[in-house]
Amino acid sequence: MESQEKPPVGHAVTLPPRPDSGNGHDPTAQRGNVPSNTAPKGLDTVPLFGTCDTVEIEIRDVCLSYDGTTQTLKHINMDIAKGQVTAFIGPSGCGKSTLLRCLNRLNDLVDGCTISGSIVVGGLQILDQTLDVTDLRKRVGMVFQKPNPFPKTIYENVAYGPRVLGIHNKAQLDDIVEKSLRAAALWEEAKDRLYDNALGLSGGQHQRLCIARTIAVEPEVVLMDEPCSALDPIATAKIEELIHELKKQYTIVIVTHNMQQAARVSDFTAFMYLGELIEFGKTEKLFTTPEKQATEDYITGRFG
Amino acid sequence: MPLHTDSQYEEELQQLRAKVLEMGGLVEKQIGDAFTSFVERDSQTARAVIERDHMVNYLDVVIDEACIRLLALYQPAARDLRFITTSLRISTDLERIGDIAENICERAIELNQEAPLAPRPELPEMAEGARAMLRDSLDAFLQSSSDVSVTPDTRLSVGEKLSDFGSEAPDLALSVCQHDDRIDDLTAQIFNTMLSQMRQEPEYASRAMRILFIAKYLERVADHATNIAEMVIYLAKGKSIRHLSPLPESV
Repeated sequence: MESQEKPPVGHAVTLPPRPDSGNGHDPTAQRGNVPSNTAPKGLDTVPLFGTCDTVEIEIRDVCLSYDGTTQTLKHINMDIAKGQVTAFIGPSGCGKSTLLRCLNRLNDLVDGCTISGSIVVGGLQILDQTLDVTDLRKRVGMVFQKPNPFPKTIYENVAYGPRVLGIHNKAQLDDIVEKSLRAAALWEEAKDRLYDNALGLSGGQHQRLCIARTIAVEPEVVLMDEPCSALDPIATAKIEELIHELKKQYTIVIVTHNMQQAARVSDFTAFMYLGELIEFGKTEKLFTTPEKQATEDYITGRFG
Repeated sequence: MPLHTDSQYEEELQQLRAKVLEMGGLVEKQIGDAFTSFVERDSQTARAVIERDHMVNYLDVVIDEACIRLLALYQPAARDLRFITTSLRISTDLERIGDIAENICERAIELNQEAPLAPRPELPEMAEGARAMLRDSLDAFLQSSSDVSVTPDTRLSVGEKLSDFGSEAPDLALSVCQHDDRIDDLTAQIFNTMLSQMRQEPEYASRAMRILFIAKYLERVADHATNIAEMVIYLAKGKSIRHLSPLPESV
């Protein structure tokens, strides 16, 4: 399929009344060369959804092997947009979690893991071995599949990060805890029990607490590895709503096995298969008119 | 393209496709019979067509339900999604053509109660043209939707570009859209002829008016066939050519 000039995706389209071509009326006469099914002049600059103009994460020719022989990631190149949600989808073992974990150097913890190429996050070369990984992980926070709150109070869970970073002023910490819990849509449920043990919260609340804990240190990027796979549909909907809210402030990269979730929450989707990035683009495009056969097969449920 | 891993889903898509094709076949017959009843002044055939319209309506409802069910239960994506939304729209156009067949029959029955007027040569050309457009648009749908399922396993290697499905279907569909202008021209011709006839011989006015209606109906059939063809191009290519003027030379 040729990539041709298309009507702008995600833009408000209000069509003018259809000219009756049967009357010898030439509809192109007044419209100049504008294709007659695109937005009328003046409307084509109104974005309905956010547009990508800044790159937050630049991934170049990244290869990774856990054992030195098998290539888990093969020459990955992609630009992740600032302030947008990017989803990685693909079958188990395709490398999507591995790629996600490259973005805050979590793979460093795996013995024998070798990685090449370059990853730049907000101007920082993060594969540089002299890099302060703790600083990176402050800038690139992560939320895991299984919620893992500390066995401490709700307050302490959120205040922990800022404390480690040297904030000890009680008023300031109170402020951070409230702001973070509000941003994670947990404040109303937690404000009267801030000093209760966090383990007493429900699974969905645990996950939102982990998100609050992540954003308490004001990262630039939030990575989410299957954040809803252990949650019920209501808790899932709350997290998805939260993702829409959070992207106003953070760049979000999410790995999910749930394709409908990727379709719902993300602006861009990357489909990976056997360690390769097969297709990457606007979520809407990928789920309606993918370019590649393998993407089509995967998202329509033809698993060979 | 391999089959869907979920065979129930595969089966339901197949059934939807069969229903759309069944409805298409029925509507083709309705339009053909309706025009015959007019040309041959056969009120009995006309009444039979009117009687059969409820079957067209029934299939419209069945297809609607099947599409909504598939959308709700399976969250279809990509080509499957385009196939289902296209089916939904095609059934609407087919239902309208069914109504038009009924309208032609009503006018035919009315005309049969008066003496015949001299036949207009444009009308058979319009009827033949509109029917050919309908047939071709449905053929194009048949071809491009056959890739939705039931094809031998021709899974391409990872990363390969999507091949052109039913590669002739988009061209066939585009030719349908291109033919629409000819039908519009013929309508304009009949309009002028009938108008001058009504001026010269006012006693023919009620009959001339009904013939004019029939011309307009046939022109609408061609418009609906064009809509179907446009949807087929969207199905095959994921590209909308609706309301484009002038039409692209190729898709």
